[in-house]
Amino acid sequence: MQKIAIVDYGMGNLRSVYQAVKHVADGHEVVLTHDPDVVASADKVVFPGQGAMRDCMKNLNESGLRAVVETAAREKPFLGVCVGMQMLFEHSEEADTTGLGIFKGRSLRFPAALMIDENGQKLKVPHMGWNNVKQVRQHPIWQGIENNARFYYVHSYFVHPADTDLVIGVSDYPFTFCGAVAQGQLVAVQFHPEKSDTAGLQLYRNFVNWDGKSSS
Amino acid sequence: MALAKRIIPCLDVTDGRVVKGVNFVGLRDAGDPVEIARRYQEQGADELTFLDITASSDNRDLILHIIEDVASQVFIPLTVGGGVREVADIRRLLNAGADKVSINSSAVTNPQLVADAAGKFGSQAIVVAIDAKNTGSEEFPKWEVFTHGGRKNTGLDAIEWALKMEAMGAGEILLTSMDRDGTKIGFNLPLTRSVSDIVNIPVIASGGVGNLQHLVDGVLEGHADAVLAASIFHFGEYTVQQAKEAMRAAGIEVRL
Repeated sequence: MQKIAIVDYGMGNLRSVYQAVKHVADGHEVVLTHDPDVVASADKVVFPGQGAMRDCMKNLNESGLRAVVETAAREKPFLGVCVGMQMLFEHSEEADTTGLGIFKGRSLRFPAALMIDENGQKLKVPHMGWNNVKQVRQHPIWQGIENNARFYYVHSYFVHPADTDLVIGVSDYPFTFCGAVAQGQLVAVQFHPEKSDTAGLQLYRNFVNWDGKSSS
Repeated sequence: MALAKRIIPCLDVTDGRVVKGVNFVGLRDAGDPVEIARRYQEQGADELTFLDITASSDNRDLILHIIEDVASQVFIPLTVGGGVREVADIRRLLNAGADKVSINSSAVTNPQLVADAAGKFGSQAIVVAIDAKNTGSEEFPKWEVFTHGGRKNTGLDAIEWALKMEAMGAGEILLTSMDRDGTKIGFNLPLTRSVSDIVNIPVIASGGVGNLQHLVDGVLEGHADAVLAASIFHFGEYTVQQAKEAMRAAGIEVRL
């Protein structure tokens, strides 16, 4: 039995992440924790994030969890979700915030001037709702999920990675942006699998079953 | 390949039971929130909204148990509204498993609540519900914000109010036309379009849906980002799936 830790660094409600992972955990232990030792001893780590990135980074720094999260992100099967994905990068335009810098690149706001669809209608920010995710690279996390399946997004900033080889999934709003990245034992998604019905549960199931290798 | 327009069934809850939406064939327990929520999820609902209409304050906490139960089994976004007065109410609902909390009258009496809540929980978690009524003429409408189920005119201009709520940190607007609510003659499209075109946050159209064309109109003519309906789904007239098929046939992006 493996232990899957969901890191709770005090940024709001992680209950839905916990419930969804537990729903597909198939007997494995799932813990929602703010204890660095529990994160350190876990086999796999889910790193969610919601709200403002500056608050997320501040809370992570003050929680005493930053060091174990950074170690986990380099060593264990690790899944960043939403702002938890953005925090893995060097910087965010949101309140000029420095991230963990595990990946090179930064988060940008959807630029107001570009937010018009093909019919000339205004596109709203936050990008909120169900959008297709195109699987631009094969990865075990996509196992059993149809290409272009819809996932639920809520965000105003998106990751712009310096290394485009990281990108495994993209969406259009209206331009193509990065929806998922992966490298080694690390995966991160901008959308919310815990709110994405069967496709989202399948993604968490894939994470639970994953051996941490990039190819299956 | 684009963001889908959302269909959101709305469930009225009182004293821990769903009071509308109990007409599904084969429900073991009519009124059981979890079973009804699951039916809607299976039909392809993009989100669910629970409106707590519990009259007695003694039974207010019952909604928390409902949300806990639903959130443990239904993995789509859940919005809860009704009786939200302070930040502590919002925290309780979010902790119970709601993804968004809708604020209506309290935003009028205390606009700072919206800013405080958005600051604490993020704009994505805060929906401001606006109930608007035309106090002008058909040709030159004036939409004003009403509270207390449409009984009390606040004197606030609905469009100005929507802009103010966006500026205060609302992440979404749930816009109900009180002129249309319950009429089944369709959304108030000029109202929906005026608000949706002026704000930059998503707008959910509500009030007046009687058939599937109304949902299509809400998106194509009202420019709504999402459409909310209660009775057409609750009484089994249409499934969410049928609604989505009608929208797709009209050229609207949906999740099917």
